[in-house]
Amino acid sequence: MRISTDKIISLLFFILSVFYLYQTYQIQVFSFDEHAPFNAKTFPTFLAYLGMFLSVLYVVLPEKNPSIVNHKVLDYKSSLYLVIITIVYGFVILKAGFFLSTSLFLFFSYYFLGERRWIWMFILSFPLVAIFMYLLHGILDVYLRDPLLKMLGIIG
Amino acid sequence: MIEGILIGLQTALSLKNILMVMMGCFFGTIIGMLPGLGPMTAIALMIPITYGFEPSTGLILMAGVYYGAVFGGSTSSILINAPGVPGTVATAFDGYPMAQQGKAGKALAIAAYSSFAGGTISAIFLLIAAPSLSKISLAFRSPDYFALMVLGLTAVSAFSSKGQFLKAMMMVILGLMLATVGQDSLSDITRFTFNNMNLTDGISFVLIVMATFAMSEALTIILKGKDPSRATEQISLSELGSISLDKDERNKMLKAIPRSSVLGFLIGVLPGAGATIASFLAYGMERNYVNEEEKQKFGKGSVHGLAAPETANNAACSGSFVPLLTLGIPGSGTTAVMLGALLGFGIQPGPRLYMTNPEIFWSVIMSMYIGMVILLILNLPLIPYIARVLATPKNFLIPLILFFSVTGIYLMSFNNFDIFLMIGIAVVATFLRLYNFPMPPLILAFVLGGLMEENLRRSLLISDGSFNFLWDRPLTAIILAFTIIIISWQAFKSFKK
Repeated sequence: MRISTDKIISLLFFILSVFYLYQTYQIQVFSFDEHAPFNAKTFPTFLAYLGMFLSVLYVVLPEKNPSIVNHKVLDYKSSLYLVIITIVYGFVILKAGFFLSTSLFLFFSYYFLGERRWIWMFILSFPLVAIFMYLLHGILDVYLRDPLLKMLGIIG
Repeated sequence: MIEGILIGLQTALSLKNILMVMMGCFFGTIIGMLPGLGPMTAIALMIPITYGFEPSTGLILMAGVYYGAVFGGSTSSILINAPGVPGTVATAFDGYPMAQQGKAGKALAIAAYSSFAGGTISAIFLLIAAPSLSKISLAFRSPDYFALMVLGLTAVSAFSSKGQFLKAMMMVILGLMLATVGQDSLSDITRFTFNNMNLTDGISFVLIVMATFAMSEALTIILKGKDPSRATEQISLSELGSISLDKDERNKMLKAIPRSSVLGFLIGVLPGAGATIASFLAYGMERNYVNEEEKQKFGKGSVHGLAAPETANNAACSGSFVPLLTLGIPGSGTTAVMLGALLGFGIQPGPRLYMTNPEIFWSVIMSMYIGMVILLILNLPLIPYIARVLATPKNFLIPLILFFSVTGIYLMSFNNFDIFLMIGIAVVATFLRLYNFPMPPLILAFVLGGLMEENLRRSLLISDGSFNFLWDRPLTAIILAFTIIIISWQAFKSFKK
């Protein structure tokens, strides 16, 4: 018997609900609240049981229209590149500052998506981020941490 | 009341205040268009500026920003399927498919006309019925609110999931689970934080929206980039289309506007309900009103499906001012920010506001109407320019969507943990979307999670732990009966297949 991916996702949701229920029982409520009609555990407990019930229902009931995904036509490589670039951006932003990290993030995102119009790639990264920073930092007075620009004396 | 209207007109029509409404609408539209920056952020950014003004001028500016940002949010929903605010999630259901069919101009025009009509009609309702309508919202108790939220979530699952009710309900539960992360509002006990300090305040709404809509949408477009069945979709994305509507489209829009305005206004009056529930319920209601042929078009670019939530969310914006101005209870997150601003001016909103500060009460009401007119004059001519976002090549558009999403999140906390969390949620959401697990029910559940728990807590405490509260009050029982009807109908449809 072959089980559809939709049902596998429902099974995963069942496991998530069981884990959520376990975590709910780990919540330390105040002793005077333990037997109260409602405490910090009550709502999550309902949610966990309801989640388990719905996922079991989906697995047990016959499936009319299972989702069909053709994995051969999906471009996993480019999507993975974008996810990796965003993760790297998350690591770099605090060290390199907003301007450099965001500009490079945009530039390399264009590159990995196959763009090779270098002038447009440059305009829509460095100058764009500079304008965005000016709007936020200069006009709206929103603080932007940027050790690099601070060291160069461009921002205060 | 006539005297009040004249006072309001006198204040709202001063040159300074008209300029403020115009500025508010303009900046609100631009900020609202950027995914992640919704009305709440826009108004919050305006608060320091308004402290230099008179209270009425400050409130007029914020009201303009509010309407502008809601319209701007609809624009990003239609063009890039990235709703900046929950109130415009339902707009994307039919607005985005219309844009994909090369009718972006038409979709934006329908959104502009519907927003104008919804806002205008509800501003008139507000003018006539503000004092007496507050009594309706006073009649609602915690069990009624709880039942109303259950109804809203069930309705969204039934109407937005295209026959996948159980999948949508699982997404509702997931949304509610995510909403429980962080400190419990009453006892301050931390839940599901895994000793991570970054989760103590819970997961931000903007993060969830950005991850499940904007970022997930960007990843899906890239993922399906080589799919031949998506080729026509991408070609049509570069077509802007006309903004003029034909007779049939106008008729469809005119049918949806009156009923959605009334519904939107009434839902907006209820504290906590606001534009989100109003737009989803209007979408569901409209679907039930149309014939079978039109019903099939819902989710694929229906004029009814776009006009109804757009009318209702703007009508609800006006409605949400009723509890704020007459009871001092904010009807939505945005009006909660405005309440904070009012308190900053030293004004306590409540039943006595229109006796002690009539110029504030009436000028805000009058400026709403003026704001609607300005919004239409400002936005309709700009539609062809706004729609040019679509002409941006995919290789540039996708990184720019990611840029606004990630930056929007980073600017809220200046913490890279939120960026990593967003990526994680976006990857899971992209996978779930591939298998037709709908995201709108998750978003609505996440927004309502806190309120739902709060109202369940009050109801259970009042009834001493008994679930009798579900049928003790006729109003609660009626609302729950509607919920049961929807669930039964879904079960019946499923077995009939």
